[in-house]
Amino acid sequence: MKAKDIAALLDEPACTHNNKAKPGCAKPKPGTAAGGCAFDGAQIALLPIADVAHIVHGSIACAGSSWDNRGTRSTGPTLFRIGMTTDLSEQDIVMGRGEARLFHAIGQALRDYAPPAVFVYNTCVPALTGDDIEAVCKAAATQYGVPVVPVDCAGFYGTKNLGNRIAGDAMLKYVVGSREPDPLPAASQRPGISVHDVNLIGEYNIAGEFWHVLPLLDELGLRVLCTLSGDARYREVQTMHRAQVNMMVCSKAMLNVARKLQARYGTPWFEGSFYGISDTSRALRDFARQLGDAALSQRTEALIAREEAAIQRDLVPWRERLAGKRVLLYTGGVKSWSVVSALQDLGMTVVATGTKKSTEEDKARIRELMGEEARMIEDGSPRALLDTVRDYRADILIAGGRNMYTALKARLPFLDINQEREFGYAGYRGMLELVRQLALTLESPVWPAVQRPAPWQASAAGRPLEVRHG
Amino acid sequence: MAEIRKRAKALSVSPLKASQPMGAALAFLGIQRAIPMLHGSQGCTAFGKIFFVRHFREPIPLQTSAMDQVSAIMGADDNVVEGLRVICEKSRPALIGLPTTGLSETQGADIQGAVKAFRARYPQYHDTAVVALSTPDFVGCLESGFAAALSAMIESLVPADGATRPGSRPRQVNLLCGSGLTPGDVEALKDLVASFGLRPVALPDLSDSLDGHLIDADFSPLSVGGMPVAEFATLGDAVATLAVGPSVFPAASLLQERTGVPVHHFDHLLGLEATDALLMALTRISGAGVPARLERERARLTDAMVDTHFMLGQARFAIAADPDMLLGFSRFLVSMGAETSVAVTPARSAALGRVASATVQLGDLEDLEMLVRERGAEMIVGNSHALDSAQRLGLPLLRAGFPLYDQLGGHQRVWIGYGGARQLLFELANTLLTGDHHGIAPYRSRYARKSAEETAHAPATSFETH
Repeated sequence: MKAKDIAALLDEPACTHNNKAKPGCAKPKPGTAAGGCAFDGAQIALLPIADVAHIVHGSIACAGSSWDNRGTRSTGPTLFRIGMTTDLSEQDIVMGRGEARLFHAIGQALRDYAPPAVFVYNTCVPALTGDDIEAVCKAAATQYGVPVVPVDCAGFYGTKNLGNRIAGDAMLKYVVGSREPDPLPAASQRPGISVHDVNLIGEYNIAGEFWHVLPLLDELGLRVLCTLSGDARYREVQTMHRAQVNMMVCSKAMLNVARKLQARYGTPWFEGSFYGISDTSRALRDFARQLGDAALSQRTEALIAREEAAIQRDLVPWRERLAGKRVLLYTGGVKSWSVVSALQDLGMTVVATGTKKSTEEDKARIRELMGEEARMIEDGSPRALLDTVRDYRADILIAGGRNMYTALKARLPFLDINQEREFGYAGYRGMLELVRQLALTLESPVWPAVQRPAPWQASAAGRPLEVRHG
Repeated sequence: MAEIRKRAKALSVSPLKASQPMGAALAFLGIQRAIPMLHGSQGCTAFGKIFFVRHFREPIPLQTSAMDQVSAIMGADDNVVEGLRVICEKSRPALIGLPTTGLSETQGADIQGAVKAFRARYPQYHDTAVVALSTPDFVGCLESGFAAALSAMIESLVPADGATRPGSRPRQVNLLCGSGLTPGDVEALKDLVASFGLRPVALPDLSDSLDGHLIDADFSPLSVGGMPVAEFATLGDAVATLAVGPSVFPAASLLQERTGVPVHHFDHLLGLEATDALLMALTRISGAGVPARLERERARLTDAMVDTHFMLGQARFAIAADPDMLLGFSRFLVSMGAETSVAVTPARSAALGRVASATVQLGDLEDLEMLVRERGAEMIVGNSHALDSAQRLGLPLLRAGFPLYDQLGGHQRVWIGYGGARQLLFELANTLLTGDHHGIAPYRSRYARKSAEETAHAPATSFETH
């Protein structure tokens, strides 16, 4: 990928933080960097497209440590869970056989697994030796008669976030617009309901959580042409250009997709979240508002009233157990505010939230929710997180899986909020899973047990971190 | 003598291989107050970290030189120097391990030169040992990277100038164990050695750092245990070195060359014969007899062998593992009358010829699946990734190797020694018992009135509680 293309992707006009003196995303620093690379971001963004053969072109480290490593779920095909890589050897690299191996690898995947399309992810080593993956993909597509999409996302191009955008760009360049949506099945039509087509961008169906939401959209008469990319199919991505409105579910990750769909096809978009009762309701209202369908608005209000009443009733016993508990939230982007509102819905206090990956808009929403004094943490190092827990007397750390053992080693209740988790929290019903998991860790008897010194330690030395518990 | 079959296809499907830099990083994590820094893009480290976090369920100290587009082309020595400085300044480690990656190797990094530049520019950090080595991921696998890091540590940290004298610490025995031994195995080996009145020093000592224990401090940016760096100076005074797994034999030879400490080689420590050999070596080294407790353990193992031979005899296993583990497990199976019908391994090694199987396929888990369909097997031995293959084949999976993420405690299971072998035998026998492989299909006589529609009795599906 050319330097100017990377610069263009980094310079995302829809990112408000771009108006500062130094535009674009920050560079990683040797010795203190945390987080993934561009390949990581691109793979994460597209891997949930379930029926595609995802081939990682490179030496083993890229695919070998990362395949089958995501909590996303599919209603049917499981091809995405089978790791595929060219596993380049020293000879391939020295003799320049990488391109030939890739070409045959594509053929092998098509022959053995018959996917509707192949995605090829470029990585550092072939990017450095100059393999022309675009040309190989083109030749393979011609030879085999199946779409082969190059995703040029070598790790050294930049961060995970850049990788998300590269992935989105590849979909726009090669896939979106190459097929028209199917006509609606006659049996699905209901009198008085005109169906609207929509897309969800940045929804990954982690632990199947989108299945809490999809029945509601069905009921309202919103046909999801494609979720990019949870439980998606190649044929769905092809039709994304026909949506009447796009919802950006994970704020910054694929902003470029929403923006370019608007520029190219005039599709309006809005940002939203399905975490928490108020945000779920807001997202549903936003759909109705953007679509300008009065009957849909009416149905939406009725559905919201019904669902909110039901979930509020179910949450009553949990509220008492969780009210007043203090939370330190450290997560990226959209979740920095959407989860805040979910927790506030439960009567919990969010003492601080991480904003390292948040946009200025994200931060504005945080201030709206938590007040002007909202404590925002940029430094996500374990030491900084634990110090914040102590200073703000937090009862629990809610963060990504990479911080799980930071919390557990400090004998601190923890909830995993990121992509590797095993539980779905989205939509109204997801709140029930959220409260169950929160109570499970907050109320666990293990915390006092593991904080108590062994009985033979007469006067236990004070621990550096005093952790309060339920 | 197993026939080694080359990788025969362009695409690797359901990869079995974990990379060399990961193996090297793991070895460094067995040194006290250490941190590895991979010289590559930050993704190399992020993936590696998640890989080990999921395996050990522990926080894993791992840093990156964070190569970007400019340094990938123009040279990344400055990244290495800067990364080392930042780590030293922040947490003053006893040791920084510096494995390269495919990216930095393809670029042509001079990693030793970069360390020299760091030393020249920042003499104030002289008390932090830095061990750099070349571990491209387009060569070898986790096992070879782990072993290479052992050699690199010995090369840079064990004095070779005659400062030490073999046997001047007559109770000290050095243990060099390959990556196939879990922290639980290393702990068991140390106990065995100690029971002969000897002082075991394990390089690296994963049983002290990645055994999973809560410490008083709430957080450590470095490894929380392992062999102290100071011990490198004592390795040459030891009376003997035990090397376990052919992958670490070159490291053991290097240690012997530098210090003169004699090496005892063990291909593996699984089962009666291998453990007998280990104990004989320990009696010779210590001059002590075999402790009564071990005699009892041996008696228990032989009893278990007799009990389980009905299940294990003629049982056919499919193994997907790094070379050392493949070698050890296949030989253990032979000793029980079982066989390895399918052997798959991710990379070449001198040990592969000694694997007890007709062929060894260099390949992935798709190869394993296809070979099992072709040749048959009753049980799979492999990492957590092999679960999908096992399920598609309808066979049970015994988890071994890296990564193990779908069950807890994999890093603590003990297979070595008499006790470990006994436990392993029970596990194998129980698993084989659960699978219904030898049942005779019911035959209904044409004359009897037993219809095929009769249903088996089952408990009532509900009962009234009031």
